[in-house]
Amino acid sequence: MIPRQFEYHAPQTVPEAIALLQKYGDTAKLLAGGHSLLPMMKIRFAEPGHLVDLGKIADLRGIREKGKELRIGAMTTENDLIWSTLVQEKCPLLVEAARLIGDPQVRYKGTLGGDISHGDPGNDHPAIMLAIGASFVLAGSDGERVVAADDFFLGLYDTALAPDEVLTEIRIPAMAKGTGWCYAKLKRKIGDFATAAAAVLLTMKGDTVKEVSIALTNAGAMALKAREAEDSLRGKKLDDAAIAEAARLVMSICDPAEDQRGSVEYKTAMTGEMVHRALRTAHERAK
Amino acid sequence: MANKHTVSFKLNGNDVDVVVEPRELLIHTLRERLATTGPHIGCETSHCGACTVDLDGMSVKSCTVLTVQCQDADVLTIEGLEQNGELHALQEGFMQEHGLQCGYCTPGMITRAYRLLQEIPNPSEEEIRYWMAGNLCRCTGYQNIVKAVQYAAEKLSPAQEVS
Repeated sequence: MIPRQFEYHAPQTVPEAIALLQKYGDTAKLLAGGHSLLPMMKIRFAEPGHLVDLGKIADLRGIREKGKELRIGAMTTENDLIWSTLVQEKCPLLVEAARLIGDPQVRYKGTLGGDISHGDPGNDHPAIMLAIGASFVLAGSDGERVVAADDFFLGLYDTALAPDEVLTEIRIPAMAKGTGWCYAKLKRKIGDFATAAAAVLLTMKGDTVKEVSIALTNAGAMALKAREAEDSLRGKKLDDAAIAEAARLVMSICDPAEDQRGSVEYKTAMTGEMVHRALRTAHERAK
Repeated sequence: MANKHTVSFKLNGNDVDVVVEPRELLIHTLRERLATTGPHIGCETSHCGACTVDLDGMSVKSCTVLTVQCQDADVLTIEGLEQNGELHALQEGFMQEHGLQCGYCTPGMITRAYRLLQEIPNPSEEEIRYWMAGNLCRCTGYQNIVKAVQYAAEKLSPAQEVS
């Protein structure tokens, strides 16, 4: 289990990393926590000629608050998120999701930015980012641009990142007071990808749904936002019939890949079930 | 020296230098170049945790870290836990509570538990199971591993209150 030969680069700054990407073009690959890329390199599914390690760029790691946003460096690890009192206070959905990713060792190395930019529909953060309306700072040779999560995920391993761009920062709006949240994830065992998972944010006005956001992991070629299901819930009482209808609309957009985790039918049904559970838990937590 | 890197890091408190290709994994450097065979190769696919080492205060699977990433790092393996001929409380706990049968997973288990107890000195059973979930054991059924970690937590906690 040894990767093919490559050259290793450890830039100290983001501009140095961008320059390396420009120099080596499509033979270069960025290394973040390495827990998706290195396993792919070991089985030689990925064979980059140049590995550009972002691990030595201190500016890329850290969590701060700016106005009503959390600004999280792309190299911030899952473990950093789990232990951050600031993230727990402003966006507990992100902590709940991070606790369900991989296993403890993976979470010490795995990063928020790596999880997002890998473009794997089985990764958990893309759905979280869609649910919460995050945006991403992409740095390239022409400077920075900010791309909304809605416009970032394009398909299987396909994102809006240009070949010479680095995802540097994730901007997350703080959850409004009283918002209920839940990330419901079904997995066969610790460390496995989701068989199905759903992220929900929910604001109630009395008995009725004021605002709701639903996003899905591993239910298609990329993370999906369940807009029709959201529309069906707004202004409604969150009773069994409304939840069942939302789950039906969610299942109608599911197009999961069949694999050892189950058939298309099973995964679609489980995605509906995760939406059921996430809505109920979010409802209990909403104030 | 074509495409080789000299990497210097601390291993169990001692300075070491190795010359490696970028593709060399830390577990191979430890076992094959530095005669540190406590960390085991179980699956080599970052699932089992047998190769767990402590790297700059993190528990990591050394089959999924490149040695070139470890420049200036501080690496601790099971070999570094015994001090002055005295077993670490975790090593003693695994012995007293029969926390192992074949022993293959034990160095990874103990190294992981070492970091867990630094972060959560008195973990509940639930916390132990959650934070040890990256280490697989195919013999014990985990009951005695949990007890061994509890034994060590108890033994270490009065000392921590004093210091």
